Amino acid sequence: MVETGHFALVLAFALSLVQMLVPLVGARTGNRRLMAVGGPVAVTGFALTALSFAALATAYAGSDFSVASVWENSHSLQPMIYKITGTWGNHEGSMLLWVLILTFFGALVAVFGSNLPATLKANVLAVQGMIGAAFFLFILATSNPFIRMNPAPIEGRDLNPILQDLGLAVHPPLLYLGYVGFSICFSFSVAALIEGRIDASWARWVRPWTLVAWMFLTGGIAMGSYWAYYELGWGGFWFWDPVENASFMPWLAGTALLHSAIVMEKRSALKIWTLLLAILTFSLSLLGTFLVRSGVLTSVHAFATDPARGVFILCILTLFIGGSLALFALRASTLTAGGLFHPISREGALVLNNLFLTTATATVLVGTLYPLALEALTGGKISVGAPFFDLTFGPLMLPLLAIVPFGPLLAWKRGDIFAASQRLMAALALALAAMLTTGLFIDGASVFAALGVGLAAWLVAGALTDLAVKSGIGSVAPAVMLRRFAGLPRSVFGTALAHLGLGLTLLGIVGTLSFGTEKILTMRPGETVELSGHTLRFEGLYPQKGPNFTEDRGHFLLISDGNADGEITSAKRFYPVRQTVTTESGIRTLGLSQLYLSLGDEGNDGSVVVRLWWKPLVTLIWGGGLVMMVGAALSLLDRRLRVGAPARRRKLAAAASMSST
Amino acid sequence: MTRKQKRLSVILAGLAFLGAAAGLTFYALGQKASYFYMPADLAAATVEPGQRIRLGGLVEKGTIVRGQGAAVAFSVTDKQKSVKVSYTGILPDLFREEQGVITEGAFGPDGVFVADSVLAKHDERYMPKEVADGLKAKGVWQESKSE
Repeated sequence: MVETGHFALVLAFALSLVQMLVPLVGARTGNRRLMAVGGPVAVTGFALTALSFAALATAYAGSDFSVASVWENSHSLQPMIYKITGTWGNHEGSMLLWVLILTFFGALVAVFGSNLPATLKANVLAVQGMIGAAFFLFILATSNPFIRMNPAPIEGRDLNPILQDLGLAVHPPLLYLGYVGFSICFSFSVAALIEGRIDASWARWVRPWTLVAWMFLTGGIAMGSYWAYYELGWGGFWFWDPVENASFMPWLAGTALLHSAIVMEKRSALKIWTLLLAILTFSLSLLGTFLVRSGVLTSVHAFATDPARGVFILCILTLFIGGSLALFALRASTLTAGGLFHPISREGALVLNNLFLTTATATVLVGTLYPLALEALTGGKISVGAPFFDLTFGPLMLPLLAIVPFGPLLAWKRGDIFAASQRLMAALALALAAMLTTGLFIDGASVFAALGVGLAAWLVAGALTDLAVKSGIGSVAPAVMLRRFAGLPRSVFGTALAHLGLGLTLLGIVGTLSFGTEKILTMRPGETVELSGHTLRFEGLYPQKGPNFTEDRGHFLLISDGNADGEITSAKRFYPVRQTVTTESGIRTLGLSQLYLSLGDEGNDGSVVVRLWWKPLVTLIWGGGLVMMVGAALSLLDRRLRVGAPARRRKLAAAASMSST
Repeated sequence: MTRKQKRLSVILAGLAFLGAAAGLTFYALGQKASYFYMPADLAAATVEPGQRIRLGGLVEKGTIVRGQGAAVAFSVTDKQKSVKVSYTGILPDLFREEQGVITEGAFGPDGVFVADSVLAKHDERYMPKEVADGLKAKGVWQESKSE
């Protein structure tokens, strides 16, 4: 099976070479038969990669330690779920997952792209094939997961204990679907540049792909943040760690792309900019891959380093970013500029959104790369953390969030800022009320907290206002309004939900940062501690044995109004194979807030150091991300994006005209 | 305004915006980035009390002293010089004697480094990259020792 997987991988590499050359030549010479090769090759390449991945997963599930990658990252005593997720819990396997998703998206274009112009489809698949070829070669040359060991070891070295968690089953696949999903937007852009032609139908194609990638990336980042929050035992949800930034930059650029693609689709403006943004977004994904894989950074994510891999990925990075930007410089001038618009209009608002988002991306990029550049140039080592981003990223985000509710209420081409403001009066009143209530009635609220709560309320109320206005509130009867509300295009709901989710996330961040409390203390069994109105009694430490670890589990009784209200437990785990200790945090969700508890060192007298946090509204941080995902999904289901919708409508129209005569 | 003037004013506004963002970024890099030092580097550098830095090295053997509650004191060494560090909080799971560590904080007036965070981030070889590079540069740590 392992050799079959290895062989399939080599075949997939060979097919990717065919995919990058034959359709390209076909499109160049106008040969339809050569162009048609792209589709079947892309689908077969995906099938082979899937076979290869399945072979590796089987080796992992069956603890086949004769495979070096399995030996290094698995153990026979691990629970089955971690044996399987361990397939991508290491450098080699996760690269295989990366190309699996890449070929999956290529196959989707091949299958669902039947109504694309033939040359565009051929070029898109060719570019997709180039990316695939580069990464297949990378895997085969530097990171082959199928290398055998002789003699085969009897036992494996265990998966990194931090990764032995359900988060590994969810976070990397979602994140990669997002990262790699942007490759389609990249391929469409490069294909358009090769053809020297771009029109609104191009944007109609690129937008759903952007939405899909953005949706998964949002989920991947939110899930990663929650995982880090409960797994590392530090109680933080975002550390501005360079690797987090590496996933956040494509998200910011992708968000900008999502918005500029709307302008292009609806108004055929911003064509060249949208195309550049699509190239930049995927370039940032590639940069993220480089930062994580090359070993230039230390972080929770860093894989064992091998300079050869870093150099190889740097070459891929240079080739694709440099090549696509050079092509852009050569060809962009041949593309025609789009329609004109007044600065105060939907387009104007979206341009402003893009200006803020791309500038914010640039500040994150500087903060992430500057320490690397400084070390390379002068040898000085600095760290750029939260204080830097608070000062640069923060001021860029605040005005952007403040103008979000205006965008959807402005008309295309020429908007009326006064009419929009009037409609937002209720939302503004609500936001001010929230701000004043926070500032005046909550103890210890800072100006920042009041502003933050106000801004979050403004976003949420603004999103609801958009829906209300579009259903005709105030001008039509309630029954009509209800009907109109139900008949609103799904993309309108998508926009409103995405903006609402943003507000919820902001509320969660402000709530946790401003009103969170924490205590560090040593506790002996029987002692109680009180934090923000919650009383906990330490019951004691009890040793336990897991399948591949031993742990000391601390039991704490939550006491509400004098009555016992369930237990919270937190543990120190010891994994003997890797000689590693991990902390399992104890979390109790109360409404939208959480009590978070994590154990420290044990004293000689049965006491233990306990760190306790009260995190108000913290679940909204990730809940908001989920709402954004739902918004993106609804937008994807919009009638105009559904494949075959125009054809069906034509048929229905024909039927209607026949019945009326 | 003519169309040309309009376009010019839009471009100028955009440039001013980008300029402001760039200015802020460079100001923040100057003010908010913290430098990394090993104990022996501190003699050559001028680090004021209260200035945030990151101090890295090995946790010196036999120096870990637990105080009241969650307070703990230890020394960070690069085998040439060592610096006393005090910290209140939970030490990372990977914190142990003779292992690489990075602490972040500032010197108090008494010359003790008051850390507000202690990191033991590292790869499988139990050595943060900065500390490994620093020790290698000082010739006290070789690659092979970590195997």
